[in-house]
Amino acid sequence: MSTALESNVRIQQENFVVTDEIEAIKKVSRNIGGITTFLGTGRELSKGENISKLDFEHYPKMAEKKLEEIRIQAIKDYGIIEMIIVHRIGEIDIGENIVLIVAAGEHRKETFKACEWAIAELKRTTPIWKRETTSTGEVWVQDTP
Amino acid sequence: MITVKYFASLRSIAGKEEDQFNMGSETTLINLTHEISKTAPIIGEMILGKKVMVSVNLDVASLESIIRDGDEIALLPPFSGGI
Repeated sequence: MSTALESNVRIQQENFVVTDEIEAIKKVSRNIGGITTFLGTGRELSKGENISKLDFEHYPKMAEKKLEEIRIQAIKDYGIIEMIIVHRIGEIDIGENIVLIVAAGEHRKETFKACEWAIAELKRTTPIWKRETTSTGEVWVQDTP
Repeated sequence: MITVKYFASLRSIAGKEEDQFNMGSETTLINLTHEISKTAPIIGEMILGKKVMVSVNLDVASLESIIRDGDEIALLPPFSGGI
């Protein structure tokens, strides 16, 4: 059985270290045999325009609540052992870490599926917004693929 | 009082982070929307046209939902977290 740690879903300004999160999830269970990670980073090009800066904003409490719901549902529906979700807010430069999902299970198959589902669900249900700054100004993104 | 929070693009449109409305002890989200429309008709149209989602005390709600004094309403433009 997994141990629900309070820090398994986090929204934070500071950067995270991917290997630290992987090591943390490995400690949850000795039955973990497969870990899949998804790391989202700030890319320079968006719809043909060069982005100089990204800003992320969230609705405190509701965003954390949604991430926790995603974690719980991923564990239940995909049979994984544990999931960590970390999303950064505030100003983020090109190439910096934005979001991390770590899915740990007994075997690889369920962790791939859970990870892919979780990032799609995060984008669909979690009140986080991205603002892109380009040479033509700032825009709140409303239709990320 | 009912607190209405504006996020992202809606904050820019509203020109503020939140508003307070005195709607009595109980009303509906539609009635609150009509009240918002008096000072910010564009936002009212966005709510009625379902261009933005509305949450009541952190849960997404429909326009027919009953809201009560002390509730926290948030107007949520389409999300764009992740990458």
